[in-house]
Amino acid sequence: MMIETATTSAPYTHSAASVQKTMNTVILALVPATAFNLYLFGWPAMFLFSVTLFSCVAMEGLALLIRGRRLLPTLGDSSAILTGWLLAMTLPPWAPWWTGVLGAVFAILLGKQAFGGLGQNLFNPAMVARVALLVSFPVALTSWVGPHPLFWTGTPGFQEALNITFGGQIPDGFSAATALGFVKTELSRGIPVSQSMGQLPDLMDMGLGLRAGSLGETSLVLILAGGLFLMWKKIITWHIPAAMLGTLFVVATLGHTANPARFADGTFHLMSGAAFLGAFFIATDYVTSPVSKSGQIVFGCGVGLLTWVIRSFAGYPEGVAFAVLLMNSLTPIIDQYTRPRRFGRTRRGEPLAPLGDK
Amino acid sequence: MKLFAIRGGIHPDYRKELASDKAITALPMPARLQILLHQHIGAPARLMVAPGERVRKGQMIAQGQGPVSAPTHAPTSGVIESVSEVTAPHASGLPLTAVVLAPDGLDEWATLPDPITDALTVAPQQIWDRVAQAGIVGLGGAAFPSVIKLHLGVQRKLEMLVLNGAECEPYLCCDDRLMREQAAEVVDGARIMAHALGARQVIVGIEENKPEALEAMTRAAAEFPDVTIQPVPVQYPMGSERHLVQALTGRETPAMKLTADIGAVVHNVATAQAVHQAVRHGRPLIDRVVTVSGRAVREPRNIRTPIGAPVADLIAFCGGLVGVPARLVLGGPMMGQPLPNLDVPVIKGTSGILALDAQETGEAAPGPCIRCGTCVSICPCGLVPLEMAAFIRTDDLKGAANLGVTECLSCGSCSWACPSHIPLVQYFNYAKGMLKTKERERAKSEHTKMQTEAHRARMEKAEAAKLAAKATKTTRASANGAAATGTAPDTRQSRAEEPTEA
Repeated sequence: MMIETATTSAPYTHSAASVQKTMNTVILALVPATAFNLYLFGWPAMFLFSVTLFSCVAMEGLALLIRGRRLLPTLGDSSAILTGWLLAMTLPPWAPWWTGVLGAVFAILLGKQAFGGLGQNLFNPAMVARVALLVSFPVALTSWVGPHPLFWTGTPGFQEALNITFGGQIPDGFSAATALGFVKTELSRGIPVSQSMGQLPDLMDMGLGLRAGSLGETSLVLILAGGLFLMWKKIITWHIPAAMLGTLFVVATLGHTANPARFADGTFHLMSGAAFLGAFFIATDYVTSPVSKSGQIVFGCGVGLLTWVIRSFAGYPEGVAFAVLLMNSLTPIIDQYTRPRRFGRTRRGEPLAPLGDK
Repeated sequence: MKLFAIRGGIHPDYRKELASDKAITALPMPARLQILLHQHIGAPARLMVAPGERVRKGQMIAQGQGPVSAPTHAPTSGVIESVSEVTAPHASGLPLTAVVLAPDGLDEWATLPDPITDALTVAPQQIWDRVAQAGIVGLGGAAFPSVIKLHLGVQRKLEMLVLNGAECEPYLCCDDRLMREQAAEVVDGARIMAHALGARQVIVGIEENKPEALEAMTRAAAEFPDVTIQPVPVQYPMGSERHLVQALTGRETPAMKLTADIGAVVHNVATAQAVHQAVRHGRPLIDRVVTVSGRAVREPRNIRTPIGAPVADLIAFCGGLVGVPARLVLGGPMMGQPLPNLDVPVIKGTSGILALDAQETGEAAPGPCIRCGTCVSICPCGLVPLEMAAFIRTDDLKGAANLGVTECLSCGSCSWACPSHIPLVQYFNYAKGMLKTKERERAKSEHTKMQTEAHRARMEKAEAAKLAAKATKTTRASANGAAATGTAPDTRQSRAEEPTEA
């Protein structure tokens, strides 16, 4: 009988976990929010979503070919699909097709494969692409539309939608501002926040997602459901989302209390923009966030704080993507300072005193 | 009793039900026993018999030598056929010296030492001597000579003996069966050990997934107020000494110290039963219970096996293998050794023999680390496996050592959980081995350097003395200096040999 002798040490049993399973579970968690928003924003959103996903997988394949790697093991891990999915969710739903293609180049080629592929990148690939596109093509990346659900009167049909996505023209009368954008614009015109906020969709519509926004970010209820599903599946833990949303809420509330005319309140900050999508699906990206729980709390707080600072003081109305990237760059340092306490040692690494109570 | 949380850990698929309801049965005596001289941690035992000699059951055939060692006894009566090299039950598959015994079927006992009837009141020395003589080693798998761990109370104030019945490794149920079937012997052995240690109480920690063992042990301990049977949560690696003590007492063993330094000594339940046998009946350790399990074994069993029985005999006793197993493992699947082949003998530390199919091993090609942090959350030692592995991958052993790689238990939790199937423990074992080798080399070269310097200093002194003598000679024309020049070459010669010895 020939039994191959093991060449590596034990264990000779393994959990059912795999990278592919992890990625697929995250994708599954994104499905409800995505499906709802695709319905809400109609055919153009579907075209852009498909183009972005396809481009990301194609770029991953191209990079693997260039690097001389085997295609199947890597393409099969679903990570490129997930990156494409997340990138698409952060694009304006009626943005032209080339934003998806160019986004894939930024995300997969520059953001991920240039660093050495899965697990090696310092920055969240989808956010690299989002920010690179926003900075390079501010108009295309800030042309928002309100909800135009499929098959409703006044909603573009298939043919018209092709023109929007591949012709690059959003017909007149469709454009709308996001809540964050609206408040910022009004503020720049001298209208205080306290006044402009009265014209925004009510909390109910904000929570359900019946508002203008990125392709996948508007439905807070479904994003939250996806996030809770991931926690239940033990793919993510509460640390990053709670720290990020908590910090954002607290600093926004403080700001609002100090100067209601200048700063929007905590609830508004939580419910608008990509706060929820970012907290549950983007800041929690394994590769680019700290590995220890305490590090994840530091990281989440940082993202929350920076999001508020950028939204409140910087030129762009939305700050989640920038905040995530900035905190990504701190991840290695956070990791270094938040290692767990070793068994039998103090936090500083000295052996515990024998027989002393800790 | 209040329990305390331990850090991290995992919940693997235990699959204990494959063998846990199988009562312990004795292995039919094999045609040959290969009894290794080195089955324990420490120096190998020294051979006391010669080929052709007839030995009786329980007769010492090799004696311990040096401070850390253990003797070995004949598991049955028969003739020493040869002393030869056999494949070690170890991943290396290296040859080790074994006494090959052909049993004569008579199973005739040698004259055994008298039972110690007043074992709970005699001087500890008597117990130590008996345990040492009986060749008892830690039967949980580490095979460390037990007598050394029974001396730990000499210089320390011990509060308790913790008896390890956690049996947290999947598949294994030899301890479970022993506690169910020989609870009274286990409890008695534990009380004898506690006496030898000078510890007031015994706490037996048993994982909650062994209700029958818990019940049997509770019944056996009912009349002894000094013995507490304590269920502990099912959480791998609960059976790690330091973690079991922490779970039971809340005390954390300081780094580079022993659990004895915080008042507790840990012994395995099977060791306690062996101590009972040695003390109460004079019987040395000549057999042990081995769990043979895994889905590639036709009929998993718990077998009382004479030391030295070939693994092939145990498997045959279980009805053989089903198909070709993906892995053969000695011990548990989390920390066991890969079996080089089926001809290796059972040794004192063999707790299990597993034949696992591909679905059970769940092996897959390693992929890139996605930094999911699971290994960090579950490491029971508070280490950062992914970072240590990154250092080791670039052969930066110092970097890995700074992160505490030498404190890794090799419990396997990180490798088990890694979604990318990275063999993390393999990295750490490599690093630990290399660091140990380097440390030995460093100590050696340090020693050499010291010797060389001492030699040079002596030579200079001798030279100076010679010059001084010469000076005296020229001025006084005396022969006094001859003595100094005469001794110098001798000194040099004897000192020059030392470094090579070191």
